[in-house]
Amino acid sequence: MSIRLEHVGYVYSEGTAYQKQALKDVSLEIPQGQFVGVIGHTGSGKSTLIQHLNGLIKATEGAIYYNDKNIYEKDYPLKELRNQVGLVFQYPEHQLFEADVLTDVCFGPRNQGFSPKECEKRAREALEMVGLKEKYYAQSPFELSGGQKRRAAIAGVLAMHPKVLVLDEPTAGLDPKGRDEILDQIAFLHRESDMTVILVSHSMEDIARYVERIIVMNQGEVLFDDTPKEVFSHYKELESVGLAAPQAVYIMHELKERGLPVFTDATLIEEAAYEIMAALKKEKEE
Amino acid sequence: MIRDITIGQYYPAASKIHMLDPRVKIICTLLYLISLFTFKNLAGYVFAAVFLAVCVRLAKVPFKYIMRGLKPIIVLLLITVLFNLFLTPGGEILFTFWRFKVTEQGLRTAVYMTIRLIFLITGASLMTLTTTPNALTDGLEKMLNPLNRIKVPVHEISMIMSIALRFIPILLEETDKIMKAQTARGADLESGNIIQKAKAMVPILVPLFVSAFRRANDLAMAMEARCYRGGAGRTKMKPLIYNRRDYIAYAVMAVYMIAAFSAGRYLPFHVWIF
Ligand SMILES: Nc1ncnc2c1ncn2[C@@H]1O[C@H](COP(=O)(O)OP(=O)(O)OP(=O)(O)O)[C@@H](O)[C@H]1O
Ligand SMILES: [Mg+2]
Repeated sequence: MSIRLEHVGYVYSEGTAYQKQALKDVSLEIPQGQFVGVIGHTGSGKSTLIQHLNGLIKATEGAIYYNDKNIYEKDYPLKELRNQVGLVFQYPEHQLFEADVLTDVCFGPRNQGFSPKECEKRAREALEMVGLKEKYYAQSPFELSGGQKRRAAIAGVLAMHPKVLVLDEPTAGLDPKGRDEILDQIAFLHRESDMTVILVSHSMEDIARYVERIIVMNQGEVLFDDTPKEVFSHYKELESVGLAAPQAVYIMHELKERGLPVFTDATLIEEAAYEIMAALKKEKEE
Repeated sequence: MIRDITIGQYYPAASKIHMLDPRVKIICTLLYLISLFTFKNLAGYVFAAVFLAVCVRLAKVPFKYIMRGLKPIIVLLLITVLFNLFLTPGGEILFTFWRFKVTEQGLRTAVYMTIRLIFLITGASLMTLTTTPNALTDGLEKMLNPLNRIKVPVHEISMIMSIALRFIPILLEETDKIMKAQTARGADLESGNIIQKAKAMVPILVPLFVSAFRRANDLAMAMEARCYRGGAGRTKMKPLIYNRRDYIAYAVMAVYMIAAFSAGRYLPFHVWIF
């Protein structure tokens, strides 16, 4: 089970003055169960890329295979694909429409054809997962705060129990606590079930903490596709395309330059602390 | 899909038509539309077609782009054609179709009407495609200025128009986004009968309206924050002034009007019944 992209290219508004090549020759394979991060500066094509994954936009070049079946084939059941690949858009709160939060979260499961009872059960589970309190369930989604709306919208996709969960900057504009809560919950889901998670984020710290593989986009092309440690060791190149590495990486490099014999591959603060302690201990002993 | 709608949108290009004063384009478009209704024979339409083609060519807007703008009015065109074709009496009966009779007059009206509508829409969209909403409003405001004296709020009217024009692409983009988001949640927008389709629009229309109101509210707030108080005492950074090329355009238009009018009425140019 996997998603495979072969030489995918996408051009917006082809043949007009607004023509824009948003993706160029992107080839990837994402096996089931991976936690993947996608980073890139604004306009590098991240959102465009992930909208291909459930067939919302059709590549102008190349092909996409889900479980080894070409999704652009004529009789491919796109609806089934969208049930399996759940997509949470950038600013998903703009898609809320029902009279109350619970019914809105039920929209997805209802479209999948579940009974009202099952829908409600799934909706309640999903809302609990994103940490929205029960007192809000009966409220109009338009009366919630921005962060609460965001949670409700994410729950709307989680309630569909996707096999692949794609999140486009789910935590932009949330407070630090809310951000950690949501990401921890998603990481928990990923561990518990065999769900693939694809996370687009501008926060290198979040990416370093949660993902096992990073795809770096630059001007519509894949620049790096590797483990976080490997990708962040190229921090100079990342900077030249408008990105950065987590702070721990900089600290470790700086320390090494100043003469402390540390390994520079730590990407998390905790790892860095551990490495520094170990190096100091060793120095003391000598 | 929904982004294909090009009515009222601006298409940037460096062309002679783009550079014209907006007043010239508004007046010439109006004259052109009027000329379409004076023709009595085919010659006039041929003339109008050639003129339009030359203008499109000069404007450097891709032909394909303009054609796409016609797509949304195909239904309207079909209805017009059918009504005219079957319900216009007069002249010889060409053929009967079940209980409907197609007369010579009916066929002629249907064909002329279609051509007229296509030219009308193309002409009007050529104006909006080559003029930014701001320029369009400036032009309109200046042209309607005399009405200020009889207490018509000209500035406010043109402001409303320019905001409306500006909002078309924004709302289309928003619709596109919301449609994608709901499709991702399993909404089925295509299949089903009319009632099911209408019901399927709710998840799109509600967020769209909410977002339109939010944007309107934001805009009003931003205008107030910059002390916008309407037109009184407002001056322009770039006042509209006619250039040599604008006078040339008027002259060309005058020649076209005379030529088209005389050709369309008096030139004995007939093909079959047209
Ligand atoms: N609907 C559209 N029509 C035309 N061009 C578009 C459209 N959407 C995006 N683009 C262009 O495609 C490019 C990639 O956009 P995309 O939204 O994928 O970027 P992104 O990496 O998600 O950026 P961000 O981090 O700001 O969300 C951009 O240059 C953008 O201008
Ligand atoms: Mg994006």
